Amino acid sequence: MSVRSVSAPGVRSAAASWRSPRSRRLIGSAGSHLVLILFAFTALAPLALVAINSLKTHREVVRSPLAMPTTLHWENFEQAWRYGQFSRGFVNSILLSGTAVVTVLTCATLAGYVLARRRIRQWRMVTVYFMVAMTVPIQLFLFPLYYIFARVLGLLGSLYGVGVVLAALNMPLAVFLMRSFFLAVPEQLEEAARIDGANTARVLVSVLIPPVRPGLITVAVIVGLQAWNEFLITRTFLGQESITATLGLLSMNGTFTDNMSVMMAGTLLMIGPPLVFFALVQRYFIEGLISGALKG
Amino acid sequence: MRSRSFQYYLLLAPAVLLSVAVVLVPGLMTAYVAFTDWNGVSLSMNWIGTVNFEKIFADRVFWKALGNNVRWTLLFLTVPVGIGLLTAMLLLKRGRTRTLYQMIYLGPYVLAPVTNAILWLNIILNPVSGLLRHVRHLFPRNSPLAPLRSPLGSPDTALYFVAMVDIWHYWGFLTVVYLAALRQTPQELVEASTVEGAGVLQLFRFLYLPTILPTMLLMFVIITIFSFLTFEYVYIMTGGGPAHGSEMLSTYAYTLAFNALQYGKAAATGLVMSFFGLAASVFYVWMSRRESGA
Repeated sequence: MSVRSVSAPGVRSAAASWRSPRSRRLIGSAGSHLVLILFAFTALAPLALVAINSLKTHREVVRSPLAMPTTLHWENFEQAWRYGQFSRGFVNSILLSGTAVVTVLTCATLAGYVLARRRIRQWRMVTVYFMVAMTVPIQLFLFPLYYIFARVLGLLGSLYGVGVVLAALNMPLAVFLMRSFFLAVPEQLEEAARIDGANTARVLVSVLIPPVRPGLITVAVIVGLQAWNEFLITRTFLGQESITATLGLLSMNGTFTDNMSVMMAGTLLMIGPPLVFFALVQRYFIEGLISGALKG
Repeated sequence: MRSRSFQYYLLLAPAVLLSVAVVLVPGLMTAYVAFTDWNGVSLSMNWIGTVNFEKIFADRVFWKALGNNVRWTLLFLTVPVGIGLLTAMLLLKRGRTRTLYQMIYLGPYVLAPVTNAILWLNIILNPVSGLLRHVRHLFPRNSPLAPLRSPLGSPDTALYFVAMVDIWHYWGFLTVVYLAALRQTPQELVEASTVEGAGVLQLFRFLYLPTILPTMLLMFVIITIFSFLTFEYVYIMTGGGPAHGSEMLSTYAYTLAFNALQYGKAAATGLVMSFFGLAASVFYVWMSRRESGA
């Protein structure tokens, strides 16, 4: 082992305390925080860069994207709001996500209940169908769906139509989540209500829905964010007629190359709402991610 | 009793019918269209057998795209999985700060791909206003980052820089999932082994890894499926270019359908992509049925 530590008693005792379990734990803790903070920095730094540069002028951005703004140019946000058509985009995004959430919650609650209680003989077949449907690639059905949607039904540009399509895409995951939430509700609750003469509708609404309310919020949060952020279907099926917030930002891209600060203001407008929403509901969101990945 | 079960079919109907109408029926149509010369606009549709498949298999771009999808899959099976595992293991020992770290890591994950792509395109990779230009003197002269152009402008580097942005947005999700799985490890066993003098690596190898193995396998399956479907970041950041350098099967099929109006070829490509997805999902169903013992 180390010869030097034997020859010098002072060094030896220092080495001994260095190796004591307590200081080792302290160093380990500091080291792991260092790594964790490094990754936190990686996640946040690009977002911070947007925030800093959204308040500068284009010249300042080009001179150095890292420099702090000298005067705060709030008018960048005014311009971005106007050119990105955000007043229309945000309303449309809310309508689109709202349609998807309401549709999914209604259908997935009913289906999740039937599957959780195995009320029909074919429950296994339906479960396998949803499992396969969850992993079917969009490209497998995108092109004929577009034809049906746009040319047969004439729904091109319809926010509600696209909302329902997004609901269908999220349906399998939502059904599995609702099923697992219903499974956690004791069956005796339902039986007691049945003995008191309640029918299925009454059992669902007043006995089963209250205990699964956190589950409903989880599904709503996951599907809502998914619909808000969706690009492929939204872009293809909405056309030019109904612009959403994401499509508004996309329309700015490339036309604002000589006004990068306005572009950054527009980007920040798109970063803010999901982050605030996520901070408010993070418990439900993380719960949804975990049960989707671990149980789904 | 019969009317009783009829009402349950009614309850199940909205979810199933919606999924069948949006996913199953168009999916079956794709399988049919792939063998026709349909252009997606007219009503004429002639059965032409496997001509579409022969055409795409003879197309250099198709193989380029497939190779890129494989590269993408390998990147995603290693880089974000490694970061996710590392951060999850470190977070396992954290107390109060755990939630805060998770929230920060999920920040990019909850943002729209459009937002993330535009952010990186404009303020980091842009050759005029981006951070890369500002710090380019830090890189060696012959590195792809040194010259006054975007790394997305070169067919050799575009794919990796798009993947980097997608990985930046994705890894936090894996951290959260792995952390939740790690926390299911029986705490008594961990304590007992620590008392016995087991090191971090031994703990991971013999206690944590077996616990999270099912989750890791599931994530591998999901990552593989989505790597063969990846679309958004590539489409927004490079459109598959330059010179098909970052072309994916998804962007290849999308261009065929909506720019070239060759629905048959697009459908054939869609079928090939689905083959990878379906293979993975069969594996997935088989695995979860075996696990639940159903």
